[in-house]
Amino acid sequence: MTDWDTAGVIARAVNAGDTTAVAVTEAALARIAAGNGQLNAFTAITADRALAKARAVDENRAAQATPLPLAGVPFAVKNLFDVAGLPTLAGSKINRDRVPATADSPLIQRLEASGAVLVGALNMGEYAYDFTGENVHDGPSRNPHDPSRMSGGSSGGSGTAVAAGFVPLALGSDTNGSIRVPSSFCGLFGLKPTYGRLSRAGSFPFVASLDHLGPLARSALDLALAYDAMQGYDPGDPACADRPAEPTVSLLEQGAEGLRIAVAGDWFKRGAYPEALTALETVANALGVTQEIIIPEAERARSAAYVITATEGAALHLDRLRHRAADFDPAVRDRLTAGALIPAPLVAEAQKFRRWYRDAVLKLFESVDIILAPATPCTAPLIGQQSFVIDGVELPVRPNIGLYTQPISFIGLPVVAVPVPLKPLPIGVQIIAAPWREDLALRTAHALEQAGIAAAPRPMENA
Amino acid sequence: MSEIDDKGLDAMIEAGAKALDLPIDASRLPAIRANLKVTLGHGALVAGFALPDESEPAPIFRA
Repeated sequence: MTDWDTAGVIARAVNAGDTTAVAVTEAALARIAAGNGQLNAFTAITADRALAKARAVDENRAAQATPLPLAGVPFAVKNLFDVAGLPTLAGSKINRDRVPATADSPLIQRLEASGAVLVGALNMGEYAYDFTGENVHDGPSRNPHDPSRMSGGSSGGSGTAVAAGFVPLALGSDTNGSIRVPSSFCGLFGLKPTYGRLSRAGSFPFVASLDHLGPLARSALDLALAYDAMQGYDPGDPACADRPAEPTVSLLEQGAEGLRIAVAGDWFKRGAYPEALTALETVANALGVTQEIIIPEAERARSAAYVITATEGAALHLDRLRHRAADFDPAVRDRLTAGALIPAPLVAEAQKFRRWYRDAVLKLFESVDIILAPATPCTAPLIGQQSFVIDGVELPVRPNIGLYTQPISFIGLPVVAVPVPLKPLPIGVQIIAAPWREDLALRTAHALEQAGIAAAPRPMENA
Repeated sequence: MSEIDDKGLDAMIEAGAKALDLPIDASRLPAIRANLKVTLGHGALVAGFALPDESEPAPIFRA
């Protein structure tokens, strides 16, 4: 076994008896102990429970029970997931006062029921309101490809932990791009499923209209393994769709053959740095794509997502803004405060526009199966960098990294971010599908990986 | 929607904060003003899109 084994490789080895879950878990804990001080991915390491769970997985195998799809796979979760015995921080100082969670979130339970082993909770931007991976309370999670650079946010620790090889799998949340941005900056595969597909119960919310949960990994197969393990209706999340699980692992080998694929133009190319366009072109060429498609009103969709995020986020935190203002990250606090002051009709308009835009985009999927777009306008900026130039205009980094992710999550479309291992830094491309067609995005991602176009580079390989 | 100048934004912040019982230290005004300006700009772009009266919002969204 190596420190760069994927979840699929680990599970196969554990199920075959070539190694044990305990050995894999101990190795992961040792990597975290050795490297976390520099990269700052973890805010809690759950070694005792991890080893107990690993022993249970090994006992399960010794009892000749059915092989588990994630047997012995170490994983970690953004610290907005409930982990029994830990306060659910959501990247904040304020939540440290919460009573510890009494149960794991349903997604953690489902992964562990498939044999995976939780090893800890991960750093993130405060209350998930950032794209940088910076955190004033815990310090920034750093990019393993260049520790002076951002991991991307808000699931920054998730990106760092998987790209550093601490774990092969992590969970994050994505309201406006917070799985896809760290996937892009850290060179990982990330899945933001359809809105309503995976239960958000047992996670600290941000924007109920737009919140999604999903996995980050170093291969498309690992995304599919984790995603399949986590699917299924959960009445604990009012937005969770009551539909049967639609497994994807067995479909991956169908690849992208026969799929109608187009590249998103206009907004999704405007302002993109050359590396973002190179990655997009590389993916499009590999898939033989020549068609360009215009997603109508994408800029306005991004603005509507911005308004809904600011106002719903403000409503969520209003009482904390009243009574604990000094305990916030000032940048988050002042964005949220501004959100509290937005006139209500603008929010209603944004929600009306959301339905219009959804209908317009769904029409596009009558003629295409997959739309390609950049995940981020650029590779990972330096930690602390305040501004960058987009389309000739100097803009603040923090709210503008999600230019290309926001119009997609706004209507809950499933997306796989695939890493293109450019040098010196990787960058991601979004593989966007129609609602409930995660299978098509995962098949396309797998095909790109098989062709050697998409790959999660080891940090030392990219230096 | 017409753009509001800084003085107008400050008045909006003061009145809104009072209505919401939200204490705001004066030192935070520039940052809140800057964020408010940006968010109102996004709101104006959205509001500038003509939708029929019959348009339904999406408070419970189904993908």
